[in-house]
Amino acid sequence: MRADLELIHDWVPEGAHVLDLGCGDGTLLAALARDKNVTGYGLEIDPDGITACIARGVNVIEQNLDQGLANFDDNACDLVIMTQALQALRRPDRMLDEMVRVAGECIITFPNFAYWRHRAYLGFKGYMPVSKSLPHAWYDTPNIHLSTFNDFERLCRDKGLIISDRAVGNGDHEGHWSSRWWPNLFGETAIFRVSRGR
Amino acid sequence: MTTTGTTTSVNNDSPMPELPCDSVGLVAPQTAHFDEPLPLACGRTLPAYDLVYETYGKLNASRSNAVLICHALSGHHHAAGYHSREDRKPGWWNAHIGPGKSIDTDRFFVVSLNNLGGCHGSTGPCAINPNTGRQWGPDFPMMTVGDWVHSQARLADRLGIDRFAAVVGGSLGGMQVLQWTLAYPERIANAVVIAATPKLSAQNIAFNEVARQAIRSDPDFHEGWYAEHGTVPRRGLKLARMVGHITYLSEDAMGTKFGRDLRSDDLNFGYDVEFQVESYLRYQGDTFSTSFDANTYLLMTKALDYFDPAAPHGGDLAAAVAPATCPFLVVSFSTDWRFPPLRSRELVDALIRAGKPVSYACIDSPHGHDAFLLPEPRYQAVFASFMGRVARDLGLEDT
Repeated sequence: MRADLELIHDWVPEGAHVLDLGCGDGTLLAALARDKNVTGYGLEIDPDGITACIARGVNVIEQNLDQGLANFDDNACDLVIMTQALQALRRPDRMLDEMVRVAGECIITFPNFAYWRHRAYLGFKGYMPVSKSLPHAWYDTPNIHLSTFNDFERLCRDKGLIISDRAVGNGDHEGHWSSRWWPNLFGETAIFRVSRGR
Repeated sequence: MTTTGTTTSVNNDSPMPELPCDSVGLVAPQTAHFDEPLPLACGRTLPAYDLVYETYGKLNASRSNAVLICHALSGHHHAAGYHSREDRKPGWWNAHIGPGKSIDTDRFFVVSLNNLGGCHGSTGPCAINPNTGRQWGPDFPMMTVGDWVHSQARLADRLGIDRFAAVVGGSLGGMQVLQWTLAYPERIANAVVIAATPKLSAQNIAFNEVARQAIRSDPDFHEGWYAEHGTVPRRGLKLARMVGHITYLSEDAMGTKFGRDLRSDDLNFGYDVEFQVESYLRYQGDTFSTSFDANTYLLMTKALDYFDPAAPHGGDLAAAVAPATCPFLVVSFSTDWRFPPLRSRELVDALIRAGKPVSYACIDSPHGHDAFLLPEPRYQAVFASFMGRVARDLGLEDT
């Protein structure tokens, strides 16, 4: 499993009812169902991802996240997870509102644009960064709203959300002192656990 | 009556052409007779009845691999394979039922029946009413989706099937699948609802009413007693089918298939067939009017109109689906305007609200409502993946 998914796997409580936004091929939900008796749904628009979910018995709904979560009631789930999809949405801020409406707690991961390699790429080469976590060229990237660890923290603060955990996921830097002290610089993938304020 | 086994029988003496190897081959319908009266939603009772059905594949020892196929408005029991080597066309869902296909007959035992009220062998308006000795005709009781499902459950009893591995259907067939999950949740392990809707819209009912009026206003209809008058309301049936057929195709599909193509080079400034689309619709209508019963058509459209499981719950579909326990696969098609993707989403969203296991895919297809009958790679992948998971969960090995 991807490093960020492994960390999330540990954070999810036993028996939770989960909504996974942009669930891909259903790897995470399948593992959570197997290991933690988690129930719930994945939302996805990629045809191959949907087929893969169905094949492994993961409940998947073909649904475009940009159209919101109106079909999910307030507090319909215990937890909403969104891995590596925030940056591809038209309005990530509105999605965050939707997520904390549907569940009291959310886990969100996204590529940290302020990661030092990205900074160096842009700073020294003068080109939009292309990396393992941002593999696309500027003109065909689905990632239309790139942000940094700090940006997201500020958005949560502005919305009155509580950040209960933050971490960075990355093969090289996970758990390393440098990324724990300066996540905005040394974290390649940002991982946030956010809950609704009062 | 036999309760198990396959109906396939191959005539090896014949020098006739080979049947496709991914087909279930030659099949023959069977008839199950029921003497136990069937109480109906309309308040009447069907005293005794026949159900005609076909089976494909083999029922396993634990009787756990049965899949029920529910047919749509003009469908019947002949869903796959061929009745003879001279058949020009296989059964209506041959694209999806057979060895190695979505409903893999190497794994599953498939049961496909003609619904009550039909005109392909099961008891319907063309059958003799035992109380009068006359054809039932228009006096055949009005059937509902619930009545059909009740009769299907009795057929399952007869075949020794306690629980279907899956109940599968498109369009009106999908409504029967939904009804199965509500009426017999313990007897259905998985539900596949394709190109269906939890209820007809006003527009759907309106189209059905046009079709009914076409039939009922045909002078040959004789209030439904046409058989006794030695007539057939062919013009009415033809019109009904033409209207129906328009709703089965998408505007794009019609445009691509016919455009404004003319049958001859010049306009002839008359009312004979000029455009290819007119020719096609008339042909479809003519064919249908010689093979389908008018009273059956009327009855089937009413069953469609009446279906609305949310109605007893004040329109709350999420409350209505509360009894359902099995996983659902819901599939819609992008250009289906008879039962558009939004209608499927109504069902999906209700199932989500009720916390039921459901997967949903909207297949890009240019073919409108008819897409559910056709092979399309993504549709097949989704369908086969779901049925493959069903087989795996039930521990079904290839037979």
